[in-house]
This record gives sequence, structure tokens and C-alpha cells, in this order.
Amino acid sequence: MHTSVTELLAIAVTSIGPDVDPLLVVIGAVVLAAGLLGRNAVRSRRSADDTSSDSAATDVEEPDTDADGGRGDVDTVEDLDVPRVPDTPAELLDDRLPAEVEPAPEPLTLGERFRRRLTRTRNVLGSSVVELFGGGVTEDAWEGLEEALITADVGVTATTELVEELRRRAREEGATDADAVIALLKQELRSALGSADRTLARAGDEGPTVWLVTGVNGTGKTTTIGKLAAVEQREGRSVTLAAADTFRAAAAEQLGIWAERTGAQLVRKDEGADPASVAYESYDAARSNDSELLIVDTAGRLHNKRQLMDELGKVKRVLEKQAGPLEETLLVLDATTGQNGIAQAKAFLEAVEVTGIALTKLDGSSKGGVVVAVQRELGIPVKLVGLGEEVDDLAPFDPELFVEGLFGEL
Amino acid sequence: MFDTLSTKLDAALDKVKGRGRLDEKTVDATLKEIRLALLEADVNFKVVKQITARLREQLVGEEVAKALNPSQTVIKAVDAELTRALGGAAVPLDLKGPAPSVVVLAGLQGSGKTTAAGKLATHLKSKGRNPMLVACDLQRPAAVEQLKVNAKRVGAHVYAPVTSGDPVPVAREGISKARETGCDTVIIDTAGRLHVDEVLLEQAADITRVVGEHGGVVRTLFVIDAMIGQEAVNVAKAFQDQVGFDGVILSKLDGDARGGAALSVREVTGAPIMFASVGEGMEDFEAFHPDRMAGRILGMGDVMSLIEKAEETYTEEETAKAEQALLSGDFTLEDFLDQLQMLKRMGPLQGLLGMMPGMSKQLKDVDIDDKQFAHVEAIIRSMTPRERRDPKGVLNGRRRKRIAAGSGTTVTEVNRLVKQFAEVQKVMKSAAKMSGQQGAKPKGAKGAKGQAAAMRQLQQQMGGGGPAGMGGFQGLQPAPRKGGKRR
Repeated sequence: MHTSVTELLAIAVTSIGPDVDPLLVVIGAVVLAAGLLGRNAVRSRRSADDTSSDSAATDVEEPDTDADGGRGDVDTVEDLDVPRVPDTPAELLDDRLPAEVEPAPEPLTLGERFRRRLTRTRNVLGSSVVELFGGGVTEDAWEGLEEALITADVGVTATTELVEELRRRAREEGATDADAVIALLKQELRSALGSADRTLARAGDEGPTVWLVTGVNGTGKTTTIGKLAAVEQREGRSVTLAAADTFRAAAAEQLGIWAERTGAQLVRKDEGADPASVAYESYDAARSNDSELLIVDTAGRLHNKRQLMDELGKVKRVLEKQAGPLEETLLVLDATTGQNGIAQAKAFLEAVEVTGIALTKLDGSSKGGVVVAVQRELGIPVKLVGLGEEVDDLAPFDPELFVEGLFGEL
Repeated sequence: MFDTLSTKLDAALDKVKGRGRLDEKTVDATLKEIRLALLEADVNFKVVKQITARLREQLVGEEVAKALNPSQTVIKAVDAELTRALGGAAVPLDLKGPAPSVVVLAGLQGSGKTTAAGKLATHLKSKGRNPMLVACDLQRPAAVEQLKVNAKRVGAHVYAPVTSGDPVPVAREGISKARETGCDTVIIDTAGRLHVDEVLLEQAADITRVVGEHGGVVRTLFVIDAMIGQEAVNVAKAFQDQVGFDGVILSKLDGDARGGAALSVREVTGAPIMFASVGEGMEDFEAFHPDRMAGRILGMGDVMSLIEKAEETYTEEETAKAEQALLSGDFTLEDFLDQLQMLKRMGPLQGLLGMMPGMSKQLKDVDIDDKQFAHVEAIIRSMTPRERRDPKGVLNGRRRKRIAAGSGTTVTEVNRLVKQFAEVQKVMKSAAKMSGQQGAKPKGAKGAKGQAAAMRQLQQQMGGGGPAGMGGFQGLQPAPRKGGKRR
């Protein structure tokens, strides 16, 4: 029986020719899926009956009805006699504001910060390259370089192509020692990162600049927005923040705390509200309070969820109806992300025409190699990098520094 | 187009078909593809090396079983090895001990700890436990608020006295609060921290130490994002060395990442992956199944999960009816509508079909959209029963116009559906005939075979270039389900 199941599956994975009516595919897919799942549900339920004395009813046990994780009503919870937690952003802020907003005594230059933050990266990739080619430009060294790049999340395809190109050039240009190869490697990486415009676009005289911030869950959208708001406010531009993440619990509160910290205006609605309507109202608000910049926070969403991506598309359309083309649509990408980062970038590019990437959490030991792959494959420039937890740790992405940072101590 | 591992393996093994044993050259050729597949799935480089080395040892000289071709033999071995490396069977979270038992959640920023806290509470409640969530993330703005909301959503107690300061005393007090309130389980949400941040790692270690002082069971769970890349190894190792953990929660597995990190983490820490977070809802949290993950990492879809989902959603009559409809040779639009309804109950159709191995890619150009199904559905619903049974025979121009008007579509769309459906129907009919000729076999076996034949035809109809590489899947037999139940 099992074989037939897997056979069905295999057949379900069909090659679809270009000339076939999509509707046939759709119908076929439904029939296949229904047939497959139906059969297996029956079979597996049957075998369950064979092996356990339980009735079939236990198989279809309903999930705990209390477990309403969605946007529905909440159960009342017995209140505990515990100290009260402050509810408003202002209250939350009181405890932490002073330490956080104080400017660092001796601010480092961008270059210094970049280098310092990338030290860990450099150690892994940079030094290993020196070691590799220290003994000459050998086959082992090339393989080692491949390994180093893959380990940096550059990805197999991009790595293979990069290294092949390097080998060709090394041969043709007679690079026979480590220095020469590293110089070539730097060149290749720089050209892979392209020379796109990495400045954040702003509107002309009319109306506020609008930046829409998107990304999958947990990449650091809200934090990035907070940091952006801090920088903009400090440079004298008034900012309105729109809490269009109406899904995640307390997302609006989190953004509210950033608004208070930075002196930005906040537009929010209740949890579960239509994010597009928050976006809509935020633009009106930004106009009427004369903000120069509107930054719209959106709920984290996995890029393979069509409905959520559609929802995001709607947010953007609503904004564009009012504001015209948005100045920036940023994708926040976690530097620890592996090859899935490319899929993310692709999907967001398709859904909302991403104009730039903010690469966050580059202060871990993650190498940010995904940047190379994304830029190479999709041409979306990295515009910002998150280098740490503090407000000032958001920096413009500089490919020269990035590559220098990778190999700075050589 | 059918660009999966099995195709590549078939190509690599093309020359050796029919040979009795796998020689070194053959094995190395296949291992190259497997290595690539694993790397693309974000399995750590070193871990890939270890796994392929082990596979090499197993495979060289391995006899190709009679029933399988070489690539099936290899895939079967790879699947078995990955499943084993992922931990074999699901490991439950053991919280037996004097109340309250404590679960500490730790991990990087954005890995999904606070959400996991709510989900774990839901899960434990369904097991009859009475959990209390304790807010020890005093770093991220509004993290405490988020935990409170999650607790409310899932109907769990919450202890969240402060929003800043030292989390260690909060953890300690949380235990006594739980005891006072009669909660038997404490779930502690901690701040996200970098694995290179020694100070914060130390703080996490302090929390786990302090909560252990009451003498009850303490389990630390490491929450890691299924999308994480090569760094998974270093992150997991740092947390294990400096905080220590008993199990892993793999979050955001409802994305399309192949999740090689799971393999990396398990391989370097040995800690079992206990749970997978598989959706936005608080109930979308389930026991981790190593056998299914293996297929996913290899890029072969997570079919067992789908089947299980179907099992929970379909009633027996429905499945029996669907089966009957498919095999009777009399597959009508009515039956199709039923199937559509059944599938829809399982979730958005696009996501669902995307979970089938390889499908996601095929359907990308087709742009399956739930709206499109809505049109199809509307058209069928605008038909009379007779029209649904025999659209080609009954439908004249006037009827078509009526249906188009009734469904808010156009006559062209109605025509298209009727035409395309007729194609599918033709295939189903001839397949049913074929299975009928196979004689009086037990219903189940005949059903499967007939259906397989039908599917194969349907696939060709859909423009496929033959079942290339499908053989590989036969090696990937789902493990027999134990008891057939999840909860």
C-alpha cells in the first residue's frame, strides 16, 4: 500500500507543459490532492483502528477550543494578585528611557563601527582565506575557499560561480600567491554586490516621504524602524510611525515605545484592525501634522502565505493611492537567514516591489553572505545594516566597507 | 522542470541501472548530489560532511534490492540516515515531577520565543496542565505586553510584574506565584540574546539555575528559526555550552525553508527537537517528527503532515465518498465540488497544494489563487444537478448564459471549465476502466492501483514529459504510523 501512496505522490509532481490551460492544472491538482489525501486519510485511519482499541472518533479529536490563537475573542483569565504592569508606552518608557537615549560619549565613525562589528565575521572568513592560500594557490585552497563562502551563507550556486570566475581570472592574470588571490576575491565580491544607489529615497517638496517596511516574522522590522526614527528625528526631520502590524500581540505598543523614545508621532488602531486602514489614516495624519517622513510598520509574514502577501500588497496600494509611488519599500532581512533569504526577497519583490534591503543582526557571528546572493540574483540593493542593539547601530550599507570589513586585517 | 533530488539521482545513476551492487564511483556521484541538496537546505557544511561520510560507508558495496532501482536504494538510505540523525522518533517533553515544573525558553532575537510561550501553554493545557507564563524578557520594548496578550488569548495565567530590570528575581518569584495559584507548570519567556553575548548568556544561565532551586523539574528549550543558515551550528553550540538546553523548538516551519538547521542543531548538540511551530495561530504547534523532516530537507515535501491534517479534517464518509467518486468512472462536477470543499477546510488551497512535493514549483506559473477556485465554485454552484452530472450533454447556449450570469462570470469562463473538466473526466474514466479490468481484488488495493493509473494519465494530460524521476519517491516510503494519532 505504501508504494502506491508514494507513487501517487510522485505522479502528483508533474511536469507541466507551457501550452496547457492553467485551469486544467488547477482542476487536476485539486483532484490529485483530494484523491491522495482522501485515500491516505482513510487508509491511515483504518490502520489506526487496527492497532488501537480506540474508536475512530479519537482520531479526529478537536483541538482545544480554548486555544484560540487567532484574532477572536479571548478567554477571561483569572486575575492574579500580582503587581500591576504598566500598560501605556509612556509608563513602559519611564523605566528605561534615560539610559537608552543618552548619546554615546565618543561616537565611532561609521567605518570604525562597521569594522568593529564585523570582527567576528572577519575572523571566520577573512583569516581562513589567508590560511588557505598561504601554502599556494592549490586545488585544496580553492575547495577551502568554496567551503568558506558556503559557510558564510553565500549559497552553493553563487559560491560555485564566484569561485569558478576567480579561478579563471587567477589563471589568466597569473595570480600565484595569497595576496593576489585575495585581491581578486575582493574585486569579485564587490562586483557581486553591484554599484546600485544605496541612499534612501525621499520625496520632493510634496507631502511626506513614505517608507514601507516589510519582512518575515522576527527579522527586526520594528526595531529597525525605531532606529530609523531616532536618526531622522535627531537630524531634524519630523517622523510619523504607522503601526500597521495589527496582528502580533503588542506590536503597536512596541512601536509606541519607539515613538516616545524618539519623539515621533504614532498612528495606531486596535489589534486586529485592517492594516490598510491604519496605513491610510497614517498618511492623512502625517500630512496634517506636517511630518516629513512616514514609516509604516507591517506585520511579519512568511513569504509563502499568499493571503498575507496579498494583504501587504493592499497596504501598499492604499498608500500609493494617496501618496503616489512610495519612496522606499524596504525588506528587513535577518543576517542569520540561510538560503531561504533568497526566496523571501523574491516573494516580497514580487508582491510589493521591494526597493532595498535592511540587513539586521549582523553583529552576531553571522556573515551576511545572503546579501551577496540576493544582490546577485535579484539586484535588490542592501541599503541599511543593523549592527547592534543600540539606536546608533543602524548604518548605511557600504559595499567597500563591507568587503574591507571581511578582509580588513589581511 | 521536475528538478528534485530524485531526478538528479536518476541522472547520476543512469549508467548503473541493473547492476547488482553500488560501487564507489556510483556512490560518489550520488553523494555529490546529496551534498548539494543538503547544503541548499542550509544544513551546516561540516554536518553535511559527516553525514555524507557515513552514507558513503553504508552505500559502497550495498546491494540494490530487487524491488528498487539504484536511485531508490540511495534515497531510501539517505532518508533513513537523515531520520536517524534527526533523532529517529518524536521525543516528548517530560515534565513529570513535583509541581511546579518549569520550562525556560531561550534563543536568539526574533526566533519566536514569546509566541512559542503562548503556543506551548496551549499545548500543555490540552494535555491537562495548568501553565503560568512568566515574563522575563525585560529587554525588548513591549515584550512583556506581548506575553500578557498571548497568555490572555490562550487562557493561561501570567506573571509579569515589571517591564525592566533584572529578570532573575522575576523568574524566582514566578515559581512561588505558580505554587500559590496552583499552576503546575511555569513557562519562562526570556529575552532574545546573541550567542556571542557572554553577559546575556550568563543571565540566561542564572535564570535556569534559580528556577531549579525549588527542586522541581526544569527543562530549558532552545527556540530556533527554521530559516537560519550555516550559523545554526555556532548558535546552538554557544547556547548549549553556556546556558544548556534539553530540547529544541523549531519555529516558523510553516515557511518554505527546507529547515536544514534542524539537522545541524541536532547533530552538534544531540538535543532532541521536540516541537515545531507551524502557523500563526496559537494552536499551530506540534510534536516534531524526524521522519517527515528528513523528506523536507531533501526537498521532497512534507506529505505525512498533510495526510495527518487531512485525517483530522475529513470524516470517514467524506473520504469514502471521494474515493468512490474517483474510481467509479463517473466523476462529475458535483464530486469535484465536494473535493474542493474538503480541501478548502484544510486551509488556503495554494499553501496546501504547495506542500505537495514539487508542486509548489509547478504551480508557481499557474498562479493558483483561492479567488480562482471561488470562480470555479461559483460556476458549478450555478448549475442544476443535471448540468453538473453531464455538462457537455445538457448545456446549450442559453444555459451557459444563465450560468455565467448566475455566477458572475462570463460564458467563456463557463466554457473553459466545462472543456477542461471534460478532459479530466476522460482520464478518470479510462483509469477506472483499467482498474476494473484488474479483477476482483480487495477494494483498497484496487482503489490505490486504479487511482495511481488515473493519476498517471492525468499527469500526462497535464503536459508532463512522463513520470521522470518518480521512481525515486518509491524509496521514500512514509514510516508506518504508530497508532495513527498525534494528540
